[in-house]
Amino acid sequence: MRVYATVAWLGLRKQATYALATIAGAFTNTVFGFVRAAVLIALWQARPGLAGYDVGDAITFCFLSQAMIAPVRTLSGGIPELAERIRTGDVAIDLSRPAGLQAWWFALDLGQAGHGTLFRSLPPLAAGALVFGLNTPADLATGVLFAVSIALATLTSFGVRYLVALGTFWLMDDRGLVNISTLAAMFCSGMLLPLNIFPGTLGEVVRLLPWAATVQVPIDVYLGTTGGVAGALAFQAFWAVALLLAGRLLTGVAERRVVVQGG
Amino acid sequence: MGPVHAYLRLAGVWCRALLQYPVSLAMLTLAQTVGAALDVAAILIVFAHTTRIAGFTEPEVLFLYGTAATAFALADTLVGSLERIGAHIRSGWLDVMLTRPVSPLVQVAVDRFSPRRLGKLAPALAALLIGAAGLDVAWTPGLVAFTVLFVVSGTVIASSIWVVGAAFQFIAVDAAQASNAFTYGGKELTSYPMAIYPRDLVRFTTFVVPLAFVNWQPALYVLDRPDPLGLPEWLRHASPAVALATAAVAALCWRAGLRRYRSTGS
Amino acid sequence: MLIETTGIIETTGLTRVFTRRRRRVPAVADLTFTIEPGEFVGLLGPNGAGKSTTIKMLIGILRPSSGRVRVAGLEPSRQRTRLARHIGVVFGQRTTLWWDLPLRDSLALVRHLYGLDARAHARRLAELTGLLELEPFLRTPVRQLSLGQRMRGDLAAALLHEPPLLILDEPTIGLDVISKATVRGVLESLNTERGTTVLLTTHDLGDVERLCRRVLVIDHGRLGYDGDLDGLRGDDTMEAAVTRLFSTRPAHGEAPARDGQGPAL
Repeated sequence: MRVYATVAWLGLRKQATYALATIAGAFTNTVFGFVRAAVLIALWQARPGLAGYDVGDAITFCFLSQAMIAPVRTLSGGIPELAERIRTGDVAIDLSRPAGLQAWWFALDLGQAGHGTLFRSLPPLAAGALVFGLNTPADLATGVLFAVSIALATLTSFGVRYLVALGTFWLMDDRGLVNISTLAAMFCSGMLLPLNIFPGTLGEVVRLLPWAATVQVPIDVYLGTTGGVAGALAFQAFWAVALLLAGRLLTGVAERRVVVQGG
Repeated sequence: MGPVHAYLRLAGVWCRALLQYPVSLAMLTLAQTVGAALDVAAILIVFAHTTRIAGFTEPEVLFLYGTAATAFALADTLVGSLERIGAHIRSGWLDVMLTRPVSPLVQVAVDRFSPRRLGKLAPALAALLIGAAGLDVAWTPGLVAFTVLFVVSGTVIASSIWVVGAAFQFIAVDAAQASNAFTYGGKELTSYPMAIYPRDLVRFTTFVVPLAFVNWQPALYVLDRPDPLGLPEWLRHASPAVALATAAVAALCWRAGLRRYRSTGS
Repeated sequence: MLIETTGIIETTGLTRVFTRRRRRVPAVADLTFTIEPGEFVGLLGPNGAGKSTTIKMLIGILRPSSGRVRVAGLEPSRQRTRLARHIGVVFGQRTTLWWDLPLRDSLALVRHLYGLDARAHARRLAELTGLLELEPFLRTPVRQLSLGQRMRGDLAAALLHEPPLLILDEPTIGLDVISKATVRGVLESLNTERGTTVLLTTHDLGDVERLCRRVLVIDHGRLGYDGDLDGLRGDDTMEAAVTRLFSTRPAHGEAPARDGQGPAL
């Protein structure tokens, strides 16, 4: 376990070397937060109570989802550094370590996410709270459940992105796959618009996909607008476990491939 | 060799190089197209629940989105590579460019030129045409020309913002993301009627960063609507002049940035 | 001032001061020398001596703090674009080619940058392909080239527009023995057969002994020696001579701006 903690710390430190980039990122996240909020406010002013949200819920949704870009990596379709190491064959070094490839990269990802949460998520959230006064969780239990839900969202997002990165083993050019994954993460997670206003069959489908577990579900847990919190967390846990298991199996296949072909 | 000529020649070499991997180029272009199509889908989803937002109808919003997205897609294709200048400064590649007889602005802007960014154009133009057709407007040749002219002006304004963002990186090498707030953020902002934003933000985008002239002000003329802020009507015809002024400011910023780079050596 | 100038490079009192943490650190101080057309000159000095800063001022990337510099009769910092047509520049530490593109496409980009017409380009490219033995890897992406192949590609890119002056910053750094020999052979034949003036910086004494008829030694930003090899060598071996020269120079300032650290190279 110590080794993963160290890796996570390294990931955090690595991000910390780009202070100016971090400030610029926080600024950009904040600007996008306000632009997106304006659209949602206009819609909910036209349709108060749409999808069970009031205007305050919609604004909170917007800034929370904006803040989740860093911890949950909602705008990232893959793991660029891992894909690069697979492309160059350096992954053979990673595979020769006594640490598991999946856990290693999750730790690194988590460390970078931790830094991003502190410095890129809290500023837009604070700005949103100052200007609009965001909703707070109904009680302490909701807050705790939200934290659990964010953790599951992070695992789910990593699960998808890890599979995409492993795709580099089989694809000459993985950019197409990463692009599809990024667009899906944008559209099907709730980052573009809350999933509960997606109409008809489209709405029913996107709410079942793994991306729903990364943004929409945690925010519903926060706002208290799920059908049932237990069901929501179980939905997330299902996707997290399924994706991480798939990643583990695929790592084994890739490992044999590296051994056989020498990278 | 003039800068435009140089730009076209260099862009041509990049296109030929990319065409050696046609599948890859097609995939990347398609991804850009789908990405823009999802923006349009978001507008359609919003209007599945209401007939107006902030008083604007679906065709009106599609028209606003279409004009903004077209201008920003063209600007992104032409000069979007400028946002990587910070990386060029760090790697020393900018020094290499400075040893060549073509303006470094042209060289950075055309670096890795890829027609894939034009992939955004199809959904943008589709939204523009569908929106325009749905408007309660008599499309005289004069009005069509007015619209084309303001989209071109919008492209110049958007490109100028990219240039200013690049010039800023001469001072702050790692701050590429800050200019994203104005480039991609600007596209996001102009995709919807300005009437949905706080008044101070609209004043800011009218008088400081002139995003309102990319589409909002001239579109008010096309849509024949009063300005929610009550700003004078002649502003609706000011886009070409604002575009020229913005381009001039961008040129000055770029010169100042490059001068600083060459006199401090950092 | 009507001064008859013959040198292809002339500097008078060339000085460059950097401000680092509010302290003024001289990187190059009072450099005066002239290089005549057709010369082959080595610019030597330890890391941080001011070699790269000098080269940057010669090619117009960096403005001098004071002093005068003329290259090919032009003032580099004011007439950088015009000067670019008269000089070829190679940075040994980094490529001037495009990483993802095949070498041939990179050279096509360079052709358009200099606005060379297609016929002249084809002739010149064929000539350089023979001279630098580029044929086996013209279609290979630059990132897949070995260091030696890449350097030959970089040389081709710097020579496409047939510059009368070639400026190279550590062109043989990291190359294996065979690649070094090829690069040296090409530089030598350019100089002797074409009359191309060559100025290079290097840490490799083999380059100096094989190629340079004249050496300039810079230490702590000042010109320590200007003359032929034998004069520098005296009765010592080359290594001993250089060591002696550097160790006897009085330290000047405590923190000289280091090449690569001063100006972000």
